[in-house]
Amino acid sequence: MSAVTARQAPEGVRARMPIVDPATAVARTRPHTSLAETSSQTFSMAWRALKKMRRNPEQFFDVTIQPLLFTAMFAYIFGGAISGNVTSYLPLLIPGIVAQTVLTTCMATGVQLREDMDKGVFDRFKSLPIARIAPLAGPMVADLVRYLIAAGLTFVMGVVIGYRPGGGAPGVLGAILLAIFTGWALAWIFTFIGTIARNARSVQGISMLILFPLTFLSNAFVPVRTLPAALAAFVKVNPVSHLVSAARDLANHGVISGEVGWTVLAGLAVIVIFAPLSVYSYKRHI
Amino acid sequence: MTTAASVCASGLVKRFGELRAVDGIDLEVRQGEIFGVLGPNGAGKTTTLRMLATLLPIDAGQARVFGVDVAREPHRVRQLVGVTGQYASVDEDLTATENLWLFGRLQGLRSADARTTAAGLLAQFGLEDAANKPLSQFSGGMRRRLDLAASLITRPPLIFLDEPTTGLDPRTRGQMWDTIRGLVAEGCTIMLTTQYLDEADQLADRIAVIDHGRKVAEGTPDELKTSIGNSALQLQLAEGADQDLAGQVVRRLAGREPVMSPESGRMTVPLDTADGAADVLIALRQAGLTISSVSVSKPTLDEVFLALTGHDTGDAVQSDESSRDELFMEAR
Repeated sequence: MSAVTARQAPEGVRARMPIVDPATAVARTRPHTSLAETSSQTFSMAWRALKKMRRNPEQFFDVTIQPLLFTAMFAYIFGGAISGNVTSYLPLLIPGIVAQTVLTTCMATGVQLREDMDKGVFDRFKSLPIARIAPLAGPMVADLVRYLIAAGLTFVMGVVIGYRPGGGAPGVLGAILLAIFTGWALAWIFTFIGTIARNARSVQGISMLILFPLTFLSNAFVPVRTLPAALAAFVKVNPVSHLVSAARDLANHGVISGEVGWTVLAGLAVIVIFAPLSVYSYKRHI
Repeated sequence: MTTAASVCASGLVKRFGELRAVDGIDLEVRQGEIFGVLGPNGAGKTTTLRMLATLLPIDAGQARVFGVDVAREPHRVRQLVGVTGQYASVDEDLTATENLWLFGRLQGLRSADARTTAAGLLAQFGLEDAANKPLSQFSGGMRRRLDLAASLITRPPLIFLDEPTTGLDPRTRGQMWDTIRGLVAEGCTIMLTTQYLDEADQLADRIAVIDHGRKVAEGTPDELKTSIGNSALQLQLAEGADQDLAGQVVRRLAGREPVMSPESGRMTVPLDTADGAADVLIALRQAGLTISSVSVSKPTLDEVFLALTGHDTGDAVQSDESSRDELFMEAR
């Protein structure tokens, strides 16, 4: 420490640095960030999020352990009851688990944003001349990696316990891409919650309240015809059901059905509503 | 252009619910000077700074930074200022180099340029040996320096420093002062907040004293000190002594208003020199007033406040951690 600090001297400062001229600085300022700058800033923020992920590997627990555990658990517990045996339940189950794990990953996006926002570094981000959306969108871009791991591992686990997707590799890939897009879109809801909640714990609480009905009141784990009429009505409009149906058509039959369209539409609607809300709330909040 | 104001604020107001944290403050910071904002905890120093740095919305009043309106064009103001907070606004999970590289990239530097700038700043701040260490191994002083370095990447002409030396040991504090003086020598303007009178005295060209969200005094350190006297005589009047009479005696003799606290019977008399104390004591005895204790000291921040505001500062010195809590309270 002493050797390090001894080198610091104002003389050195004066010699090395150019003289600051306010008039030139004012003339150089620009009124807005351009689209190119915004995307560059978003990717810089994504780089930061990826660095943090690598240094805190426990952040990957939810996207690795959950798909492995839930796939095996649901398959062996409900397989016999719902489809007669495990193997015939897997085509129904795997796309459901994909949707569920991707949604859980979304929730972590909001919780982590809130934790991050409470740190001093967010003050710096706010004081820099950068697009207000960059600190929000950056971590979400990095989270694409997490969605990929979650969705990919679920399929791998399924194949290990006997799932043979009829759609082949292209179908499975399509299902994974759709799940990643939907996850990224829905994550804006949780990002918004992250900007309005008082702390990370309350983000978790609110997110759970949204997450559970969304995943379980869908066709993710059981066929809709087994549900009472009122419940079935909600299940049919739930965007998660559309994702699950679309993923099943893709992975099991290699078919791009109309469900893909509904899923993408629902995802875009969420982005259009919640991205501006999140930026607005972020601007006001800290 | 050299005489134009770096910061020009009028009637700044910030409300947090019922509390008027900043209650109509006017400030003018000239180019190339170190302007100190002095005040106790919760006086509104940090809130004022955060408003000028676009970190908090301004509720009323107007502020311009180099002529650019803070409320109307925050994005342009952010290109002109660097902000260093009371606690490190750097990323704990990144190394020093990675932090500076990221902030450089975010401000439009190319990757290679951001790396060169980061290396240059780390060398300038004596941090090159710690460049690739995790921040958890950094001392408080090293963090502060990294934080200041992060504010200098684009060489902004105005730098806001929020309590730059709170919680630092005396040696590190002296180094921070040298660094700040070095920045001014390059043409930077510095606006800093502090709770320490000696810091304001050492560094600032001009000082604004803030209390309860209002500016109670402004001037050069010398002007402020003269206004409260170079020494202060503290008297504890004996029980039952006539405080009004004591006040009159002092006013007649010293030509200055003593600061009274009627409940405790204490009185502070500002003096030009410590010699004047004897005259005051003699005059009080001649008036038949009994004194139970006496002391003479240099004016402290407490006395500046007592003299300027009529109440004391509460706890003038406190830890980093509680500053941070205060900051959050103010920010919410």
